[in-house]
Amino acid sequence: MKHLLSINDLSEPEAIAILDTAAELARVSDAPMKKLPTLRGRTIVNLFAEDSTRTRISFEAAAKRLSADVINFSAKGSSVSKGESLKDTAQTLQAMGADAVIIRHQASGAAHRLATSKWMSGTVINAGDGTHEHPSQALLDAYTLRKHLMQGAKNLKGLHIAIVGDILHSRVARSNVLLLSKLGATVSVVAPPTLLPVGIESWNANISYDFDELIPNVDAIMMLRVQSERMNELYFPNAREYSRYFGLNSDRVKRMKKDSIIMHPGPMNRGLEITADVADSARSVIVEQVSNGVSVRMAILYTLLTGEGIESGALA
Amino acid sequence: MSKNYFVTGATLSNGSKKDLYIADGKIAGFENPSNSKAVVIDAEGKIILPGLVDLHTHLREPGKEDSETVLSASRAAAKGGFTALSAMPNTSPVADTAGVVEQVRRLGIEAGLCDVFPIGAVTKNLDGHELSEIGAMADSAAHVRIFSDDGHCVSNPQVMRRALEYVKKFNGVIAQHAQDPDLTIDAQMNEGIISSVLGLKGWPAVAEEAIIARDVLLADHVQSRLHICHVTTAGGVEIIRWAKARGINVTAEVTPHHLLLTDDMATSYDPVFKVNPPLRTEKDVHALREALAEGVIDIVATDHAPHPAENKECEWQQAAFGMLGLETALSIITQTMVETGLLDWNGVAQRISRTPARIGGYTDQGSDFLVGEMANLTVIDPRASWRVDRDLVASRSRNTPFHGMELPGVITETFYKGVPTLLQGQLLMEKNS
Repeated sequence: MKHLLSINDLSEPEAIAILDTAAELARVSDAPMKKLPTLRGRTIVNLFAEDSTRTRISFEAAAKRLSADVINFSAKGSSVSKGESLKDTAQTLQAMGADAVIIRHQASGAAHRLATSKWMSGTVINAGDGTHEHPSQALLDAYTLRKHLMQGAKNLKGLHIAIVGDILHSRVARSNVLLLSKLGATVSVVAPPTLLPVGIESWNANISYDFDELIPNVDAIMMLRVQSERMNELYFPNAREYSRYFGLNSDRVKRMKKDSIIMHPGPMNRGLEITADVADSARSVIVEQVSNGVSVRMAILYTLLTGEGIESGALA
Repeated sequence: MSKNYFVTGATLSNGSKKDLYIADGKIAGFENPSNSKAVVIDAEGKIILPGLVDLHTHLREPGKEDSETVLSASRAAAKGGFTALSAMPNTSPVADTAGVVEQVRRLGIEAGLCDVFPIGAVTKNLDGHELSEIGAMADSAAHVRIFSDDGHCVSNPQVMRRALEYVKKFNGVIAQHAQDPDLTIDAQMNEGIISSVLGLKGWPAVAEEAIIARDVLLADHVQSRLHICHVTTAGGVEIIRWAKARGINVTAEVTPHHLLLTDDMATSYDPVFKVNPPLRTEKDVHALREALAEGVIDIVATDHAPHPAENKECEWQQAAFGMLGLETALSIITQTMVETGLLDWNGVAQRISRTPARIGGYTDQGSDFLVGEMANLTVIDPRASWRVDRDLVASRSRNTPFHGMELPGVITETFYKGVPTLLQGQLLMEKNS
């Protein structure tokens, strides 16, 4: 495996190996000296053509804990319409000797273009491309689910997970449906019909318009950010109506299964898809997702750049 | 004095095995006169078609000469067996006045490799609101009969109605790019299973079908002529079938790429497969082939759309829509329609020469192989095949989606007004050699 562009690039054992490696690397994050020498002398570029604070700093922290040299290349606005093209950017990074490029881009498929166009030869990691995929987010979500709900099992067999919100525009949803189902979980996507893509019947997921019906049956609820500009594009009448049917509030949380958890990839719209008290409640693992993100991204970099993972217990 | 030619051993597309004597630009007979100094072309086993006529070409000149010029497109035409092109008006400036269409016509004559018939814009600057100088373009030296805002849909129904009515004065035709703009804002590819997975914004079939349905009803109401550009959907075919059964004066075209390629090619995110209207599904491809065989879709037109490299070497969303078509059209038809048994060569001749010539009113095109007709002819070797190489195209651009494919049917000769523009597979650069 050279690149991570889509969850489809991973087999089930490869995905599990990344989660296992992340679990080992989490010990490094917990140690007082949070560094491993693994990627010393390697250059990793964070190419962020779209705003993203948390994913960028998460990858940056992950790379630095593995002792890589990190260059942040914020290309916001430069590759769209005016300024430098993606091709020129890629050739520049190649000339600078980047071993890996972590790319966040507003165009679906941008990471594929970088990896397959021969503009550069390094490893490409998709950190979110348009409305296509966000594989590292799905891996950290799977890691979080496994840690909380699977009592030592390697996969997610038997779990039922609801992904709720703007499925149509969500790269997080696309990657999660692929990965969670690959790991044996049942996935239900829940949204108003306007926010489900035409063609979704081909996905490995149940489709529901009724959040309330699903709530008592699921082990985890993953809420997605809903952008307020969607209202102007007629996807739903207004924010109040969206929240009434698809928002996670304390009344809905009361009906959740015992030990079930609440997730959100962030950034949250408190008051729209999730109320503040729910976001901060005991069931919420939203903050933990962020810290797990660093371990999982360390595991991704480790696996792609060394060609191997770390077996369970090896760093104990 | 121009040379005479004697093409021997071939079968005409109508099935008769006849030699052709070409003299003074015309088909002069079926035997080589005894004292003839004609150049003899051995075409044993080959097929002679009337010269191909494209009703939908983007020649890019004036204004976008980095992509293509009238001359480079004419050379691509000669290589692809075409003796007539129809120049879409989305140039810079837009072909919405007599001046611009006359300029394009003159550039075609100067290139001298095929007829170049300008298509006039329906609305000023293709803005969809105000009619362009349709009458002046019709009366100009370019003698325009087809009007289109191609690239844009004439989406306002009242503007479409008026345009259809107005061209009745000179038996013109409106060629509609059927795409409801509100249903296709920022659309990137066919809306369906593949777009849902790739996260690319969908271009739903209904956006085409709704406009076709509206426009056949308008054409019926005002008793005018409508032509539907690049039909891509099985649903669009059904509406046209219904309209024709009702006697509505509608014709329709399909492009070679929509006869072969499907939307799953977008999985590569390679913008060489990005085109408008988009590649559709296998089911649509089969419906289009059947419709072309039946005659519900009347013709094949290329929608040849050259783009410079930088407009394709980028992210899918940033890339331009369109693909090359002239040099591969007849081979794609051979593969999808002839080798599948859906059309014989006479059927091919109807759909890519005679019928487009009739729709456009191109009287010297679409030969019936009669003595005295202008010798606009194409010779194809149906037994041979070739590999498409984007680095070897005659077009100024390289955006062919067929790069690397092995295609059947090698065009060996193209005669334009009795003069070969392509001889033994080689382009003849100079005109009137």
